[in-house]
Parts: sequence; C-alpha cells; structure tokens
Amino acid sequence: MKKSNCLSVLIGIVLIFFLGTTSSYGLSDVFKDNIYDPKKLKPTDSVLKVKTGDSAPDFTLPAVSGGKISLSRYVGKKNVVISFVPAAWTPVCSDQWPGYGIVKSIFDKNDAILLGITVDNIPTLFAWTNQMGDLWFPVLSDFWPHGRVADTYGVLRSDGVAERALFIIDKKGIIHYIDVHDINKRPRLESIVRELEKLNK
Amino acid sequence: MKKILIHFIAIAVCVFVFSFPVMTAESAPIEGAMLPEINLAVPVKDSDRSYLGLPASGFFKIPQIKAKVVLIQIFSMYCPHCQGNARTVNKLYNVIEDNPKSKGKVKLTGIGAGNSSYEVGIFAQTYDIPFPLFPDMDYSIHKAVGEVRTPYFIGIKINNDGTHRVFYSKLGGVNNPDQFLDMMLQLSGLN
Repeated sequence: MKKSNCLSVLIGIVLIFFLGTTSSYGLSDVFKDNIYDPKKLKPTDSVLKVKTGDSAPDFTLPAVSGGKISLSRYVGKKNVVISFVPAAWTPVCSDQWPGYGIVKSIFDKNDAILLGITVDNIPTLFAWTNQMGDLWFPVLSDFWPHGRVADTYGVLRSDGVAERALFIIDKKGIIHYIDVHDINKRPRLESIVRELEKLNK
Repeated sequence: MKKILIHFIAIAVCVFVFSFPVMTAESAPIEGAMLPEINLAVPVKDSDRSYLGLPASGFFKIPQIKAKVVLIQIFSMYCPHCQGNARTVNKLYNVIEDNPKSKGKVKLTGIGAGNSSYEVGIFAQTYDIPFPLFPDMDYSIHKAVGEVRTPYFIGIKINNDGTHRVFYSKLGGVNNPDQFLDMMLQLSGLN
C-alpha cells in the first residue's frame, strides 16, 4: 500500500475511535419523554478555584425538602460528598442521583452525608427529583445568586450550569478529593466509595 | 483529484469496516428476528454458572445458555423503575423455578446498561437478586440493543439446533410475575 493510502487508513481508524466514543446513557423510563438531550458537550468548561488540602468554602443553600443547609453544620460530625450535576431534566444527570438513592448504607458506614447540588431552582428540582423515588440526601438549589457556590468552587461552566463534579470533604472541613468529571459521563460509584473508605482508614 | 478520491474511498472503507461493531443499532431487537450478538464473560459465581449451564471460564453468547427460553432484562442500578421493580422480578424468578413447565427451561438474566461490575454487584446485593446480572460498563450491549430505556425485557427462544429468535422485546418491567411467565410461555411456544 502506498504511503499516502496508509495515511488515509490511519485517519480512518482515528475517525472511528472518535465516532465510537460518543456519549451514551441508559435512561430510565421513569422520565418518559421529558428529558432534554443537549448532545455531546465540551467535557469540562471551568477552572477550579479550590484544591485538595484546602478548607472547603462554606455555603448555605435552600433544600428541596425545605429550609436551608450549610456545609459548616457537618464539620466535626460527618464526611461530606458534594455532587454537583449540571442540570435537571438532562440525560446523564437524571441517571446519576437515583443510583445514590440506594446506597445510603455505604455512606452511613463511612460516616458520610451526600449533598446534591444543581443551579436549577427549587420548583424544577422538586418536579425532577420526585421522579427519582425517595432520595435520602438533601438536594440543594444553587439557583440564586445564580451558581454562586459552583463558582466559588470553580465548577461553573461558561453557559451557567455546573460541571458534573464530586468533592469529598473530611470531618475537619478539608477537601480530600476532587473529580471534575467529563460532563457527558457518569462518575463510577466505586470511585466515591474508595475515597470514603480512605477517609476512614 | 484522483489522489483525493482514492484517499476519500480509503477513509470511507475504514469507517464502514471498523465502525460496524461499534455502531448503535437503530432499533430495539425485533420480534421474530435474531438477537444482536452479545458476548458476555462467564460469571465468577459457581451458582450463576451452574444456573446458566456455562463452562468454568471464558466468554459466551446468550444463545449458548442452557435453556429453551432466555429472558434478558436491560436494567441499571441508576434507574428508579428498575429499583422499584427489582423485588417483583425476583418473584418472577421464583415463579419460573416453581413451575415444572419453566424450571430448567426458562432462564432469567439481567444486563446493567452503563453499570460497572461493582455497580451491578450493589444492585444485586441491595435487592437480593437470585439470578445472574452482567455489567455493560461501556454501553456496548446497550448500543447493540438500540439504546432502549430501562427496564426493558427481551425474550429469546433457543431451538434444538442452536438457532434462536426474539419472541418478546418490550419496554417496561414486570407487573404480575405469574401472568408474565404465562405470557412468555405462550409467546415462546413452550406452553
């Protein structure tokens, strides 16, 4: 085969690699046709403003279940996993928290609480999370001032939604783990469990 | 110009040949047709291997399961309907095992769309699932079955000569396990 043709074959293989790695999700029928698909997005689109070893910036946000929750209330009591997801009624996000809904025992075992945060407003989050069954963890709205907490942590994207990001904060209020994940993919549950177990060693 | 055309054809051939196995099926499995080829790793658990009638290790295809009928549930541990339906599907397993018409002939299995082995294990442990579940971490099986929503049931009838056909392919879980099994026996012709 000529050199130039080899190059074409190589380009073809590279092309296939990218075609074959488009985002996928297994959407539950619970959401019916109500999910808006933004298609494949830029994997990350923000610059972190905190790092592991930093004190986690405190915040107070309204919860879907009523009242407000501050991060500082868990200092000295619980490890905290913060799960930022980009937006309600979108594919991957709708396919993430329901899984966390069945692993409360893992969080309990590791003396941890989960806080779910999006930049959606409370009514939207109420309607959306109602489809997910009984979520045992607080779902918080970072709607107003828009995305302030996401921005404080450096996970607010340029289009105003949060990254798909995980922050694990120990009982001293120190950031132990950060995963600003590809927005198109769900983080593996085992990565959270592994990091929580490290905190308990 | 000729050179560009040759390059274009070479790229097009590559795209067609190499992308074939990773292309998403345009639709869910069609009743009356064959199941898309699904390769699964033989389960580690002895009881799962024994239930499915598989060798000690390696890979297998669904029609190699020792059964007349295989029911495949496409599920996800992240799917609220799958979670809510898990105990009813367990009852379906018990109904199958308690019925002489289906015991040993109808086998039930699940494939966790986008789920890792760990995540599938969590689902199995949470709901005490008595039948084998398989991970599909990269969604390759989910793509092959048309990226169906979950839960989704596929029933295949395996013939004596090793050929097979899909006789059931529908979105939704199990409402009444007895009725569901009756329907599977009727549709597969096992009844």
